[in-house]
Amino acid sequence: MASVTALSIWLIPSLIGMILLYGTFKRIPSYEAFVEGGKEGFSLAVSIMPFLVGMLTAIAVFRSSGAMDALIRSIGPLLSAIGMPPEVVPLAILRPISGTGALGLMSDLIKTYGPDSFIGRLASVMQGSTDTTFYVVTVYFGAVGVQKIGDALKVGLLADAIGVICSVLIVTLVFGK
Amino acid sequence: MINVIWVALFVIGMVYAAFHGTMNSVNQAVFQSASDAVAICIGLISVLIFWLGLMKIAEKSGLLEKLSRLFKPVMRLLFPEVPADHPAMGYILSNTIANLFGLGNAATPMGIKAMKELKKLNGGSTKPSRSMITLLALNTSGLTLVPATVIAIRMKYGSASPTDIVGPTLLATLCTTLSAILIDRFFYHRRKRRERK
Repeated sequence: MASVTALSIWLIPSLIGMILLYGTFKRIPSYEAFVEGGKEGFSLAVSIMPFLVGMLTAIAVFRSSGAMDALIRSIGPLLSAIGMPPEVVPLAILRPISGTGALGLMSDLIKTYGPDSFIGRLASVMQGSTDTTFYVVTVYFGAVGVQKIGDALKVGLLADAIGVICSVLIVTLVFGK
Repeated sequence: MINVIWVALFVIGMVYAAFHGTMNSVNQAVFQSASDAVAICIGLISVLIFWLGLMKIAEKSGLLEKLSRLFKPVMRLLFPEVPADHPAMGYILSNTIANLFGLGNAATPMGIKAMKELKKLNGGSTKPSRSMITLLALNTSGLTLVPATVIAIRMKYGSASPTDIVGPTLLATLCTTLSAILIDRFFYHRRKRRERK
C-alpha cells in the first residue's frame, strides 16, 4: 500500500516536470503555450453546465421520488437469481447512474457488513471496476455539442451490466462466499 | 433516445411522487441537484485550465505525437479511422493513461479535448463518429489500475487488507472494458448494415 500511495504522489509532479522540461528542451515558449491552452478550459467547463444540470436534475427527481427504489425492488429478485446478494443489488443499479450516490451506498455497505466480508468486497470491486456512465456521456458529448447520443449510452450500459456479472463471478472465485 | 430517457426520468419520478407522497423531496432534489451540477462544473474549471494548458505544451513540443507513435499498434486497432500522427491520438492516449493511474481530474480534460479533435475529424457533425463512441466506451468502463477511493474507504472502516480487492477489481475492469469494446464493434457493424439497406 505504501508503494502505491508513493507512486500516485510522485506521478503528477513527475508528469508536470517531464512535459515542462521536454517543452523547454524543444524550445517551446512554455508559459505562452500553457496560457493559450488553458483559455479553452474555462469555456469548456461553462459549456458542460447546461448538460450536467439537465441530467442531474432528472436523475435527482427519479431518485428522490422513490421510483428508483421501486425499480430496484422489482429488478432485485432477477439479479439475486444469478447469485448476487440482494444487499448489493441497489449498488449495481445505481453505479452507472449516480457517482456520488454509488459511493455513498458502497461506504454504507462496507460500514454495515465489514470491508472483508463477501458483500464488502463485492461492493468494493463493483465500485472500482466501472465509471458513472451517465456522467461520462453527459460531460464528454456535452462539451463538444454532440446531440445524437445514440449507441453510446447503450454500449456503456450493456458493458456495465456485464461488468456487474463479472464482478460477482470474480469475487466469488477469488474469495469464496 | 436521450430525449426519451431524460423526459421519462422526470415524468416517472413526478407521477410516482404524486402517488407516494414524496413530492416535497422531489421539490428539494430539483434545486439541490441543479446547484450540485453547477458546483461540479465550477470545480472542473481549475483542472480543465491547468491540464489543457499543460497539454498544449506537450502538443506543441511533439511529446503527444511521440506518445502516440509508441502505442501505435494498439491504437490503430481501436481507432482505425484516426490517422496515427493526428493530435487526437495523443489526447486519447493521455486520457487512457490518466484513467489507468486513477488521475480522474487529468483524465476528464484530456478526454474532452480528444472528443473535440475527433469531432473536427468528423467534419464538425453533431452525430458522434465511430471513434467518439469507442472513446466513450473506454471511459465509461472505468479502466483503472488502482482504485484509490475504494481503498481509502476500506482503510477507513478497518479492513485487514484494504488492497486485496485490487487484483479482482482489475480483472473485472478488464472484463467491462473488453465487453465495451466488443459491444461497440457490434453496434458499429449494425449501424453499417442499416445504412446499406
